Amino acid sequence: MKPGKEFTEMTSRSVSSNMLYRPMRRIYVFQVPTRIFHWINVVSLMSLIVTGYIIGNPPALLQESEASQNYWFGINRFIHFGSAWIFTVNWIFRVFWAFIGANKWENWRNFLPLSKKQWKEAWEIIKLDVLMIKNDTHLSIGHNALAGFSYFIIFIVSLVMVFTGFALYAPMSESWFPQLFNWVIPLLGGDMFVRFIHHASMWIFIVFTIIHVHLVMYHDYVEGRGELSSIIGGWKFIEEDILENKNKSEEQNTENEDK
Amino acid sequence: MENHPFGILEDLNTKKLTVYEEMKERGYSRRDFMKFCSTMAAFIGLSSSVVGQVANALETKRRPPVLWMHFQECTCCSESFIRTSHPIVADILLDKISLDYTETLQAASGHQAEKSLHDTMEESYGEYILMVEGSIPLANPGYCMIGGISSLEILKEAAAGAKAIIAWGSCASNGCVQSARPNPTKATPIHKIIKNKPIIKVPGCPPIGEVMAGVVVHLLAFDEIPELDNQGRPKAFYSRRVHDTCYRRPNYDAGLFVESWDDTNAKKGYCLYKLGCKGPVTYNACAVTKWNGGTSFPIQSGHGCIGCSENNFWDNGPLYKHLAEFPGFGIESNADKIGVFAAGAAAAGIAAHTIATNIRKRKLIDSNIEEGRKGME
Repeated sequence: MKPGKEFTEMTSRSVSSNMLYRPMRRIYVFQVPTRIFHWINVVSLMSLIVTGYIIGNPPALLQESEASQNYWFGINRFIHFGSAWIFTVNWIFRVFWAFIGANKWENWRNFLPLSKKQWKEAWEIIKLDVLMIKNDTHLSIGHNALAGFSYFIIFIVSLVMVFTGFALYAPMSESWFPQLFNWVIPLLGGDMFVRFIHHASMWIFIVFTIIHVHLVMYHDYVEGRGELSSIIGGWKFIEEDILENKNKSEEQNTENEDK
Repeated sequence: MENHPFGILEDLNTKKLTVYEEMKERGYSRRDFMKFCSTMAAFIGLSSSVVGQVANALETKRRPPVLWMHFQECTCCSESFIRTSHPIVADILLDKISLDYTETLQAASGHQAEKSLHDTMEESYGEYILMVEGSIPLANPGYCMIGGISSLEILKEAAAGAKAIIAWGSCASNGCVQSARPNPTKATPIHKIIKNKPIIKVPGCPPIGEVMAGVVVHLLAFDEIPELDNQGRPKAFYSRRVHDTCYRRPNYDAGLFVESWDDTNAKKGYCLYKLGCKGPVTYNACAVTKWNGGTSFPIQSGHGCIGCSENNFWDNGPLYKHLAEFPGFGIESNADKIGVFAAGAAAAGIAAHTIATNIRKRKLIDSNIEEGRKGME
């Protein structure tokens, strides 16, 4: 027997016992630029956290020497600044991409909970995946509304890091771009406080990364839709019946809106 | 007239001499004057070709009257100023302004002093330079009251007719120690009170005497405000970090740090960064101009910079640590400790979530596994 159309008719969203298996549809969720952004972000962020932490708390290495023999701390700072440039340009690229060329799972609407539907979905996700008081699988194909919002917060924290980082960097630099952030230091009252914000915000990235990676693995484990590999190949897999129900309800919604 | 003790003073007060003329009156030679001009030009960061201009200005321009006000402060700015390695400016200015007004050094007192102050303010309205040492306590008009008038009123009155204001030291520039949390006297820096006058901030606790002299000479010689940075400080002295001009900087780049005050690294003169040196976040000329006639500065003496010329330096963490305490979490709770705690909590949450997933989502996971197995048949 070939699995086909008739199969989907007898299944519902919940798994029924009489079914053999549910056909999955392959969906190209994350395009190449999004994936490249993600991995550049990963590498530069890791580099920034490690080198940044070392700048804040330098270990006592190579103590039995003279200053003329070493430059490791300078190199560490150089890597930090270099990574910061890459991180910033990558960030700017992602913002552009969110408005130009991004598909519906990548564009800016995913990150801002502006519609009632997104708030409802976020609440669903909390019940489903965080508190686990509901036993079901969720229906979103790309980011769920809660995840999307968490990325928005990280976008904002990135912005804080870029602003405070380049503000601290500006007096050492001759180039024009860091000078654009000169106003940050007088606004916040001095380098000391700016440095404090820059340092404390690092921990937001660390905590975010821990939770983010865990939840990706959780979704992959519980749902089996290729959540983890989607950021490598771009593919996610969704049950055909769910996809069709979803499309149907979306059509209805648009029809209702038309009326 | 020359023999009369007050003769010269009266003379100076009425004639309004140039700096050079005042120097001559005090017995300085032409040679002293020229040396002074070139030293000051160098401090301000001018090239040697401009020395002539400085000399010319000080020879020909009449020195504007100066009022030097003391509010909530410790007078360390005055102390620093009168100890510059080239005391001519302090000599002239303070001797002369004792005629105009300065609480610490003036000969007059009581009503006489008040009269002198008001005479100057009226006679040279819009002409005089107001130099302010100290912050204004706004919590109670009784704090720092002089002659029955609150310091706020005195400042406002004096500022109204001032051509420019110099905020001496951290008190006048950013509030300094007395504005540290919880700031019981509500000590307020000058720029938050006076908005409509050019203000030159010369922060530091105290500022370097040579820097103060340099700022004054710039005002006298060019009759204009020196170039200021985005926080209102003269660029010539506050554009570079102590860290970038520090002679221990190579140790920083090499990762060679003093680990504790009495270790061999301290003896070797390694970088004091790990002991809370605020050089990397402090803008001042300490490492260039140095103190006490170029003798030394804190880092050279083996002590980290405490960042005394920076806004709010008193509230931005312990002097011997780099990371400030995190507000609202109590003493000894810096961002790193809280961060480690948050990361630990996240990891614990993940462990709990993973266990809960395997219990609560068992049915779903099992049906997925079942489905996957069947698919292979």
